[in-house]
Amino acid sequence: MKVEQISIFIENKSGRLAEVTRVLGEAGVNIRALSLADTSDFGILRLIVDKTDTAKDVLKSKGFTVNKTEVVAVEVPDRPLGLNSILQVLDASRINVEYMYAFVERCGENAVIIFRFDDTEGAIRVLTEQGVKVLVGERVYCM
Amino acid sequence: MRIWDPDRECMARDQLTALQFEQLRTTLERAYRNVPCYQKKFLDAGVSAKDLRQLSDLARFPFTTKEDLRLNYPYGMFAVPLREVVRIHSSSGTTGKPTVVGYTRNDLNNWTELVARMMTAAGVTADDIVHIAFGYGLFTGAFGLHYGAERIGASVIPISSGNTEKQIMIMQDYQSSALVCTPSYALTIADHLDRMGLGADSLKLRVGLFGAEPWSEEMRREIESRLGILATDNFGLSEVMGPGVAGECEYKCGMHIFEDHFIPEIIDPATCEVLPPGSVGELVLTTLTKEAFPMIRYRTRDITRLHYDTCRCGRTMVRMEKTRGRSDDMLIVKGVNVFPTQIEEVLFQVEGCEPHYQLVLDREGHMDTLEVQVEVNETIFFDEMKKQREFVGLVEKRLAATLGLRAKVKLVEPASIPRHEGKAKRVIDRRKT
Ligand SMILES: [Zn+2]
Repeated sequence: MKVEQISIFIENKSGRLAEVTRVLGEAGVNIRALSLADTSDFGILRLIVDKTDTAKDVLKSKGFTVNKTEVVAVEVPDRPLGLNSILQVLDASRINVEYMYAFVERCGENAVIIFRFDDTEGAIRVLTEQGVKVLVGERVYCM
Repeated sequence: MRIWDPDRECMARDQLTALQFEQLRTTLERAYRNVPCYQKKFLDAGVSAKDLRQLSDLARFPFTTKEDLRLNYPYGMFAVPLREVVRIHSSSGTTGKPTVVGYTRNDLNNWTELVARMMTAAGVTADDIVHIAFGYGLFTGAFGLHYGAERIGASVIPISSGNTEKQIMIMQDYQSSALVCTPSYALTIADHLDRMGLGADSLKLRVGLFGAEPWSEEMRREIESRLGILATDNFGLSEVMGPGVAGECEYKCGMHIFEDHFIPEIIDPATCEVLPPGSVGELVLTTLTKEAFPMIRYRTRDITRLHYDTCRCGRTMVRMEKTRGRSDDMLIVKGVNVFPTQIEEVLFQVEGCEPHYQLVLDREGHMDTLEVQVEVNETIFFDEMKKQREFVGLVEKRLAATLGLRAKVKLVEPASIPRHEGKAKRVIDRRKT
């Protein structure tokens, strides 16, 4: 039920983000979801791609610092307070969200939210028990 | 473990001070009388041996530098006629002419005794087979260790340097148990063993005495684990004598300086003032027994710190920490002395591996600023911003505690710090423009 994500350290200077996408594009890697957290000095770019290991290898060979992490992808019901109900479930079970970001499925109306939890296994258990739709990695990689 | 000369090495501090005072007075008198360079220096400074009323008066005497030795090349600093000199060595001069040093028969005997002390402290005994892989020649390393090991009664193999595979064959066949070489050569031996498909257990080595170049604790751990030995550090410089000025005991908590033959001082390299015990600064050495080549307050340029508490081994002789670089590398930031190696140490502690970093000094208004740029790697990169910021905060806190001033830490991408011939340029000083 876990989804693999890669994070890349980038210095906050022009052209670095474009360099990452160029390297991935040339290696035939497709980006499914992306989020950037940044400070004035540096940024952490998080990506979900169709070929995680290839992406990690090519970026490393170009001198980037890359780590692989496990995140959880959840399909959010297309109704008011859809996200809120999920957050309440997590809160009630005292599971901390380290960060999250969203993207919209290409051929559907549903939004997909990527979560990074302090306790990934626990979060998956609680979410499935509460009937939340947790997506498997393979599904996300080919979206 | 044994102590070679317990009467001297475990001497009470007050007795030692009395002995040092007597010897120092004689050394100053002889230097003044026999070496024109010292005579001129003393006259210029308006001091004479009579001004030495207590040991601390040594601070009134002028320093001797490498430049003085160069100006008096080759024999100008000798305090005895050449007919009394029985050995000549030379220092590896990195710039210009080398410096020439001489030894009388007594000097050689003292040197041999001190190396015997140092080797005994490292655990070498008469039962050891000592493999000396320093190059034999003008350099003091090989001969110093050679005669010291013989004095202990160990069996010496004067293999000299080079041809590592042959060295390994001899170590195996002759069953060498103590290795004497540079720390980097010890790793070269380990690399060759790997390539030859041999384990460290194919050798009988149990102890190593490494010197002649600075090395880190990280390197010590690597040598110890790869060769399966106790790796000890020792210190010496040919201008002062050669190896045997100081050496580690089995507790590896600093090198005991043999203070009945040398007086160490720690000075601020910028102001040249003597610093209180426990301070980090430049090591200055004065010889107390050298006949042919006395050195008065020789500026070693090595940065270290001294510990005066008695060691667990029982020796009372002061311990010097591993040298932390050269005083020429010192930076003055907001009036505080900063050594790049101090920053390197902090980074090493938090990263757990050799850091790649660069220091950028600048000025905002009238205030100096210090920015430490650190290349990220996988162990210090987190995908969570909170953790990444906590890491930067931790490094800044440790730096402030070590340096006594605030430094900003900036993470940069790997390989973004320019390297020249594999070595990073450590310091960029923009304050001068
Ligand atoms: Zn000791």
